[in-house]
Amino acid sequence: MNRIKEKGAAVVFLLCACVCILAIVLICLFLFVNGLPAMGEIGPLNFLLGREWRPGNDIYGIFPMILGSIYITAGAIVLGVPVGILSAVFLAKFCPQRLHRLLSPMVELLAGIPSIVYGFFGLMILVPAVRNAGRFLGLGGNGSSMLTASVLLGMMILPTIITVSESAIRAVPDSYYEGGIALGDTHEKSVFFIVVPAARSGILAGVVLGVGRAIGETMAVVMVAGNQARMPAGLLKGIRTMTANIVIEMGYATDLHREALIATGVVLFVFILAINLLFSALRGRAKP
Amino acid sequence: MKMKLRSYKGQPLSMLLLALVVLSITVTVGVFLLLIGYILVKGVPNITLSLFAPVYTSENVSLLPALVNTLTMTLLSLLIAVPLGVCAAVYLVEYAKRGNRLVSVVRMTAETLSGIPSIVYGLFGLLFFVTALGWGYSLLAGAFTLAIMILPLVMRTTEEALKSVPDAYREASFGLGAGKLRTVFRVVAPSAVPGILAGVILAVGRIVGETAALIYTAGTVAGVPENLMGSGRTLSVHMYALQSEGMHTEAAYATAVVLVVLVVGINALSGWLARKITKGGKGRA
Repeated sequence: MNRIKEKGAAVVFLLCACVCILAIVLICLFLFVNGLPAMGEIGPLNFLLGREWRPGNDIYGIFPMILGSIYITAGAIVLGVPVGILSAVFLAKFCPQRLHRLLSPMVELLAGIPSIVYGFFGLMILVPAVRNAGRFLGLGGNGSSMLTASVLLGMMILPTIITVSESAIRAVPDSYYEGGIALGDTHEKSVFFIVVPAARSGILAGVVLGVGRAIGETMAVVMVAGNQARMPAGLLKGIRTMTANIVIEMGYATDLHREALIATGVVLFVFILAINLLFSALRGRAKP
Repeated sequence: MKMKLRSYKGQPLSMLLLALVVLSITVTVGVFLLLIGYILVKGVPNITLSLFAPVYTSENVSLLPALVNTLTMTLLSLLIAVPLGVCAAVYLVEYAKRGNRLVSVVRMTAETLSGIPSIVYGLFGLLFFVTALGWGYSLLAGAFTLAIMILPLVMRTTEEALKSVPDAYREASFGLGAGKLRTVFRVVAPSAVPGILAGVILAVGRIVGETAALIYTAGTVAGVPENLMGSGRTLSVHMYALQSEGMHTEAAYATAVVLVVLVVGINALSGWLARKITKGGKGRA
């Protein structure tokens, strides 16, 4: 009796462990089965490289959205990564213990704030700020733009980059730092030229994780990016990402339009898979 | 301080690096203060009693129904994901043999799952639960979608918690003649509870803040549905709906405050629990 119970429990646990695999198989299956036929019907090249998205005329090209996602993510990286890494350096190597006890929960909290709240903040503060700055400089634009979305996403990926980089920097043995000091380096120089390079795989993994967050972000971007489905026209012009394309039009799309949106999801999914692979490769290297 | 400044004389590079680091952390703190400050300053004065009226009407956009839906959604998702995640972690840590191929496959899939953006989960939920299984826009479809989304998080944290239980506990239990199952549930799991709870609470935070995965699975109906097969919006979706209608900005500000307070509270709870385990661990070792 007891043996049956033990065996039974082992099988149940095994099955539970397989649910993750089942989930990913189902997700792949349903996305690809529903999305790929549309891609075939539109023509893979027309779909991926088509420069026009006009569902009314059955023209489905998502190249503007692919570029949109890439541009906004790149912008977020340019703005968020330096600040994030330098903040992590501060937290790991410059911060007094007492200040750390205050700052570290703050970073955690930033990570926990829902994206809808970030989006709302962007809509109410960043959009008017960019609009006014654009007017002041005579550049125009109504504020909902690539720049606004990049700034907001840069803020949103900060906690991810800080947390991962800080633990990577802390994982470097103290002897590296002490070696630098012993050779007469200043504190700053040994941190920046010895400790940080030693932690670069971990830091890079944090950046890649941030890229994944940024490219997948939906609600916050929808609220500040303007969402015009056309080729990106400039920093202060509106732009639409793949995520925004799905969430805006899925509500009323039918037939081929709907399938084209699912296919957009497939493209996004493939992007994310590639980023994940890169992340695991980097993390594998970071851990000796 | 003066001494310290003098030590930078002739070290312009070090000074520059120091300045950059301090500047960056200032920016980070600034972002935090601006965000939280803005939401609180604009939102708190807009919190009125009528926002907590039992029924949502187009004149009084009460957030109480959304709050109730959030609670239902959270409980339901946890009910699905926590047993699965905990049992999966038990298998990975306690049952699987070293070098088991399945373990690395499960880890890899869990990692992939945790990187998938919520809109893709929403899309999947729409295709699978809402359409293929014919559940329609419903709390149940939303809860299942969210359950898949938080499964890797629950699994991962439970794994860590189980691993941190010293092997001596297991050996002692086996030594007293207890079977594997009894050892896991009576000895190992109880000492891992704070760690598991910390993970669960993090998952709650994600559920409460989620929007994109719910719009096309649980739908955007503003009331409390009669049963789980009805559509209902959670607090985050409620806030999105308010701001996109553009008529109730004050209510949206107030909702933002409620959301932030919820998430802050949830995070604090999780952090407190996590600290409790590290302290407990030190005490034991």
